[in-house]
Amino acid sequence: MNVPRLRTRKLDLRHGRVDLSHGAGGRASAQLIDEVFRNAFDNPILERGNDQAAFDLPAGRMVMSTDAYVISPLFFPGGDIGSLAVHGTINDLAMSGARPLYLSVSYIIEEGFLLADLQRIAYSMGRAAREAGVSIVTGDTKVVERGKADGVFITTTGIGIVPPGLDLSVERARPGDAVILSGTIGDHGVAVMSQRSNLGFETDIQSDSAALHDLVAAMVDVAGPSLRLMRDPTRGGLATTMNEIAQASHVGFLLDEAEIPVRSEVAAACELLGLDPLNVANEGKLVAIVAPEASDLLLTIMRAHPLGRQATQIGTAIADDQCFVQMTTSFGGGRIVDWLVGEQLPRIC
Amino acid sequence: MKHIDEYRDGKLARAIADTIAREARQDRSYHFMEFCGGHTHAISRYGIEDLLPANVQMIHGPGCPVCVLPIGRIDDAIRLAMRPEVTLLTYADLMRVPASGGSSLMKARAAGADIRMVYSTLDAIRIAEAEPDREVVFFAIGFETTTPPTAIAIQLARKKQLTNFTVFCNHVLTPPAIRAVLDAPSIPDQGSVRLDGFVGPAHVSTVIGTKPYDGFAEEFEKPVVIAGFEPLDVVQAILMLVRQVNNGRHSVENQYTRCVTEGGNTIAQTAMSEVFDLRDSFEWRGLGRLKASALQLRDAYGDLDAERRFGVETIDAADNPACECGDVLRGLTKPADCKLFGTLCSPETPMGSCMVSPEGACAAHWTYGRFRAKASAGVHTAGEPAAAS
Repeated sequence: MNVPRLRTRKLDLRHGRVDLSHGAGGRASAQLIDEVFRNAFDNPILERGNDQAAFDLPAGRMVMSTDAYVISPLFFPGGDIGSLAVHGTINDLAMSGARPLYLSVSYIIEEGFLLADLQRIAYSMGRAAREAGVSIVTGDTKVVERGKADGVFITTTGIGIVPPGLDLSVERARPGDAVILSGTIGDHGVAVMSQRSNLGFETDIQSDSAALHDLVAAMVDVAGPSLRLMRDPTRGGLATTMNEIAQASHVGFLLDEAEIPVRSEVAAACELLGLDPLNVANEGKLVAIVAPEASDLLLTIMRAHPLGRQATQIGTAIADDQCFVQMTTSFGGGRIVDWLVGEQLPRIC
Repeated sequence: MKHIDEYRDGKLARAIADTIAREARQDRSYHFMEFCGGHTHAISRYGIEDLLPANVQMIHGPGCPVCVLPIGRIDDAIRLAMRPEVTLLTYADLMRVPASGGSSLMKARAAGADIRMVYSTLDAIRIAEAEPDREVVFFAIGFETTTPPTAIAIQLARKKQLTNFTVFCNHVLTPPAIRAVLDAPSIPDQGSVRLDGFVGPAHVSTVIGTKPYDGFAEEFEKPVVIAGFEPLDVVQAILMLVRQVNNGRHSVENQYTRCVTEGGNTIAQTAMSEVFDLRDSFEWRGLGRLKASALQLRDAYGDLDAERRFGVETIDAADNPACECGDVLRGLTKPADCKLFGTLCSPETPMGSCMVSPEGACAAHWTYGRFRAKASAGVHTAGEPAAAS
């Protein structure tokens, strides 16, 4: 008997919306994965269609990291939640010195979300992953009732491999070490904030969202043994990152405000909104703590890379039982650079 | 940043600081109070104290609107917000101010109250228009700086005939607070701080002008220099104060001439007096109940007054007994000398209001200055010899 082949109407990717059936695990779910995600992420491991991804790993220590992305708005100058979810997790892996290899992704989508926006986000993720040489190999999709989420939430988990002999860790800073920053601070937070409807200011500032592993690889190549640790100053900004390192390594830091690069547009926006750029989030910058004798070489290498052109030494680790992060202000006085208290800006990543 | 960086020029600052050090007499000390939280913030943020000679000391005054708001009024706001029909709109820095029983607006929101942060009173009007089924209450606080925008919103609400918009008014006035600090010696058992002069308010003075300060500069024989909020403004104002003290003068001088005039902003003043009149008295945290020191909506605007619409009756609530915010606000105690400072009380878990707003003396010292020795030099009660001279 000739069974007629079931013909499914294609998803309306222009005007259609996600409904609860897309997360129910049935045919509609399969169709959403097929027509949106599989095309967007496009790699042989995902293509096999299993509930898990199986792959071999090169030698070295494996690193793993996970992060949830709930940013509002979903699209912002210089990126969107999709590219951010790739860059953010890659960077968390890369700060160990690792080469990132594979990502998993989980979507929680609010009922009624535009399929066109979902596709745009998925393709942006796929593009960001391909550009970084990383594959999105497994994933999950859930749909929740309208009002139970804000558009879309994305969680990514990544794994990578650290080259043998490299051990970067947050407790390894020592008095005398140099503090190196890869570029300007505050770009991401201000770019996102400029899109908030209730703030009503316009700017050309772009988020700095970028995958840093390539810059990291260059740094590890020349200065591996001298590198103590790296961190990307995301939520809470440079101030929080420096305090985390100070606490973990039981050292203090003395920073020089005049050396910390801030775009004038970012400085102006922060001025207007009463924010300190030191507390504003970044998504494509790193702080490296390095043995003092290696700092010049490291800076030369970083400045040769597009993501490290404005790299500069912003301070030094000092012995301090109280673990204070101090700063000489450009005005000539001294102050503490403290942890961010409370929420400065809700949902920036 | 043009028009900003010029006022943050470290080289110029050091030159002025050198002049201060040269001109400050070695046989005496100088104690100046910066009234405004904005100045406190600038002093801490830029490390201005490091530029001053040891015998020139700054004392942080009560000009932080969040800090002087008594707990009872926060309790009122929380009670209002817990009403199911009410949407309470507030400036963000009030969210974490501790209320009675360990509560705060932040905690009330987590418990289900509809509390939202706004940046402008006009946002409040927009929300009231967009959500006609909600009773939208704007939690108005601040000195003369934030009062005109509230007045404009009230006028606009009237013009638009909004029936679901009210203001919970907590606006207070600067001159009575300065007078209260200067009057302190007359309050028995409360001590007073030796003051040689004031750095006068920046933004407040753009609204009220320089004239309101003439009275107490004359009466209490204390110089006042109105200064902008940029660090160079502050350093220059300190030099001007040192010179007045040295010359035995006590005038009102205006360092902030780029914004402040003698008469102030008359449009803002007209809007304020059209909408508000004086309360008989109002409770200030740290200063007690001060006569004619706060504003309320005039009867003509009574229908837009949240206190009248919802029958708010403030119950005075006591501060934590160990909290020394009151003395800090009057310049009697330095933040680091409070037992709670940095132990039970920090910006994450504030016990007192001075630790909440970044303009509060305690929060500013904690956030920017706590690496300095826990020294109380510079605070002297009347009659004590000056340690630094």
